[in-house]
Amino acid sequence: MSGHSAVRNNPLMQVLRAPADALQFNARQWEDLLWHARITRLSGRVWYLFEQSGMTDRVPEPIRRRLYSAFLEAEYHRRQLLWEIDRIHRAFYGSGRSFVVMKGGAYVALGLRAAIGRPVADVDIMVAPDAIAEAEQMLLKHGWEAVIEDAYDQRYYRRWMHEFPPLRHRVRETEMDLHRGILPLTSRLRTDAESLYRMSVVLDERGTRVFSPPDMLLHCAVHLFHDGEIRGALRDLVDLDSLFREFGERTGFWASLIPRAVELGLQRPLFYALRYTMRLLETPVPQEALHAAEIGRPAAGILAFMDWTVPAALVPPLSSDEALASSLAGFCLYMRSHWLRMPLGPLSKHLARKSLRRLWSSEPGVRDAAG
Amino acid sequence: MIVGDLSFEEFERALNGPGVGLRIGPFSVRIRDGHQELFAPTFHTLYSEFPLLPESEPAEFRIQLRDPVGLRRWWRRQMFFRLDDSDPFYPFPAGLAYPFFEWGLNWCIYEHVHEFFVIHSAVVEKRGRALLMSAPPGSGKSTLCAALVNRGWRLLSDEFAIIDKTNGHLIPIPRPVGLKEQSIEIIRKFAPESWIGPAFADTSKGTVAHMRPPAGAVARMNEPALPAWLVFPTYEANAVTALSPVSKASAFITASENSFNYKVLGESGFECHARLIDQCDCFDLKFSDLNAALDLIEELPAARGSAP
Repeated sequence: MSGHSAVRNNPLMQVLRAPADALQFNARQWEDLLWHARITRLSGRVWYLFEQSGMTDRVPEPIRRRLYSAFLEAEYHRRQLLWEIDRIHRAFYGSGRSFVVMKGGAYVALGLRAAIGRPVADVDIMVAPDAIAEAEQMLLKHGWEAVIEDAYDQRYYRRWMHEFPPLRHRVRETEMDLHRGILPLTSRLRTDAESLYRMSVVLDERGTRVFSPPDMLLHCAVHLFHDGEIRGALRDLVDLDSLFREFGERTGFWASLIPRAVELGLQRPLFYALRYTMRLLETPVPQEALHAAEIGRPAAGILAFMDWTVPAALVPPLSSDEALASSLAGFCLYMRSHWLRMPLGPLSKHLARKSLRRLWSSEPGVRDAAG
Repeated sequence: MIVGDLSFEEFERALNGPGVGLRIGPFSVRIRDGHQELFAPTFHTLYSEFPLLPESEPAEFRIQLRDPVGLRRWWRRQMFFRLDDSDPFYPFPAGLAYPFFEWGLNWCIYEHVHEFFVIHSAVVEKRGRALLMSAPPGSGKSTLCAALVNRGWRLLSDEFAIIDKTNGHLIPIPRPVGLKEQSIEIIRKFAPESWIGPAFADTSKGTVAHMRPPAGAVARMNEPALPAWLVFPTYEANAVTALSPVSKASAFITASENSFNYKVLGESGFECHARLIDQCDCFDLKFSDLNAALDLIEELPAARGSAP
């Protein structure tokens, strides 16, 4: 059950840390690399890492083709995303309102290394907290539609969540999440969305905004450790690693990061981000920054729990033993995420309602092969 | 070594053990399990000419035909198609494992392959020049393809035009030709010497069966061909069978709609596509009579150059 040997012997983790290690792989390990890269949606990223190491011509042909294809798909997403940003400007035109592009979209808009080879499934934008209803109306007028029709789910989003119900464009079929913050309103961890918006930076003449570097990093950490499911989210850890490395080259970044985390009350997710990028991806972090980040260290029991569950849930399992450990860790973290998102009262009401509904409606997630 | 070098027992043992790795056109596929009475013999026969992967070569598509956990393993048995360890589709009745393998492999190609420009099209070749027949399902493209293959054209594919982006060459992937409904009988009569596998009834596409690719087509799997004609076939009962020239502009639009990754490839997709249309004489083929349609197609090589 030790997470550590799994991390050491996992071909994908090896490649993420030291791409050239792959040159020693046998056929089976190459296949495992491809398998794990595919399920974590890191294939395009692995291609980029091989390219950076100048070793693409030494990757076996079948593996090379699959990684390269994924890279091309990520490039397609990049073009699509830039066009979506353009279309959102059009929808907002004349309103005097602006928006912050978040997550993968921001990495693309800024041309960060984190964007290279990284697919972007949907666009995430944030508007000033007081502008969200107006923003939604403008988007609905310009071809976006609600994905969720169910009234309970719609209410749930509007009442509790940091994002409105997802939208999809009628013609382009691209999905969008419209945010007013980065954490559910019910979350145990609170942060100042106004401040995030205020400190965001304008990056072009149209007024496209992105979070400032520390805030972008903190958002990514919050997203991984306090919002979604950690299991299977290795890609978010790779984002964090890439952001730490790239922003870390800029003067003043480390000095501003920790005070800003404290100001926003996000020192805990930052502590986790540093701990697990360093443990799993060997991210270089200056000693002073590490020392300052200690302010976010949780109680020993919690940390022991996280140290066991996080690597087990993030590293894709190779064997059936690892798969079992990963499911168990994933389940524990799933319970934790609900605990963090909502007080017990509304949570139990919500879960009861969800599970009752699941009894008489089965949700299709897959398709018919012949279709 | 080819699949046919293994006895059926050896083949089945490998299938149920470490898996069987094959080279299928440009792709390497490893397939495992498939514990179903019709699957292994059908597969062993239809793919008998395909080369086995050397031990040292990794496969890019690891496919498993897996039993579900629980009751449906025994009662009205179902199976899953898995790529790596994910199930992209609904489970299917176990008896349909073979056609589901073919559809699943199609999905692998149109969902994951962007290193080539890929169009939904049958491709056959004569004297180095290739004919593409591109159309949505149900237009008779596989029937025409199977018939032409039995008249001496070389099979490149009945499903995918796989185009090398660097030079515009068509890469063969001569898998078994999928036949549906009446066309199974039509091809049985047309070419009694061809080997057609078992007919699988009640799939979501009706009854399907697969024609074994000629040994020569598989042996020449590494020999690309140059595109020369692009035909858009439509089967229509009682129509007058006729081949009519189509403008390059309209051929460009129609064929791009039949492409799987035109959008994904962006500018290079556009360039590949434009080159293909430049290289081809383009026609609509409306047909009700298979033999008449084949005769019209056979005249294409002679008429090369006179089309618009």
